[in-house]
Amino acid sequence: MSQIAGNLEPYLVLSGMLFAIGSFGFLARRNAITMLMSIELMLNAVNLAALAFGAFIPSLAGEGAAFALLIIAVAAAEATVGLAIVIAIFRNRKTPLVDEYDTMRQ
Amino acid sequence: MPLPDVIPFIGLGWSDVLFLILSGVVLAAAFAVVFGRDIIKSGLFLILTLGALAGIYVMLGAAIVAGAQVLIYIGAISVLILFAIMLTQSKVAPVKLAFQTQVAPAALASVLLAVLFGLAFGSTDWGSTVFADTPTATGTAPVAAALFGPYLLAFEIASVLILSAVIGGLYLAMEPKADEVGEEGQ
Repeated sequence: MSQIAGNLEPYLVLSGMLFAIGSFGFLARRNAITMLMSIELMLNAVNLAALAFGAFIPSLAGEGAAFALLIIAVAAAEATVGLAIVIAIFRNRKTPLVDEYDTMRQ
Repeated sequence: MPLPDVIPFIGLGWSDVLFLILSGVVLAAAFAVVFGRDIIKSGLFLILTLGALAGIYVMLGAAIVAGAQVLIYIGAISVLILFAIMLTQSKVAPVKLAFQTQVAPAALASVLLAVLFGLAFGSTDWGSTVFADTPTATGTAPVAAALFGPYLLAFEIASVLILSAVIGGLYLAMEPKADEVGEEGQ
């Protein structure tokens, strides 16, 4: 018998905690690449929630995994463009820290 | 001698213990990603987080997504992130000041978000099935039926999006010609 792994709520709680950690990283870190990594953490939390719903709610069987696969594809596109932008800015400003990108303010 | 269904002294099943170990690894590695001073180590802990999450996907019966997670996230996106870290490492970047000045409000907002998630998940009746063990694996047939049935348009748009992202990423990361560099880059 299983008391934890057979219920929906533990998976959702893990997903919520992972999303909160990712949101803290996105809001608090200075390095642009760490912020992108935090976005990946948040997207993975969403994936986990979608898969948990797909596994535990019979009418959503299959749809959870389909959504997760689409989210993975969009995350790959986002990482490609985001990292290319960071590298392009780094070539001009010589720093990956986002609070030093203040040309518009001067 | 067969293994007992329930681990002695704890009273939890084997899959419960597996879930607890995997989720502990996920959360600890995610904390290491967010709080680590060394950005290379952050990238490596991100790989650990994604790998442990792939294990949890397998427990949920979604082996196809776990495979995609390992291939795409660990194999492609993590390598991309590690390359970007190596391209943007500069010695002048202060290692000590890893956080913005808004770190306290950010921490408060994240803790509030986690509490809100916990309250919402605990108080909602999802109408979910309760399994005796981990959820039964449904295989890939329902996934394919959903992906190539009602979500076919989203699938096609995702492929176009990836193509445009590849072209856009290539254009953005291209070395600009000398007469196109602005005042900032000189």
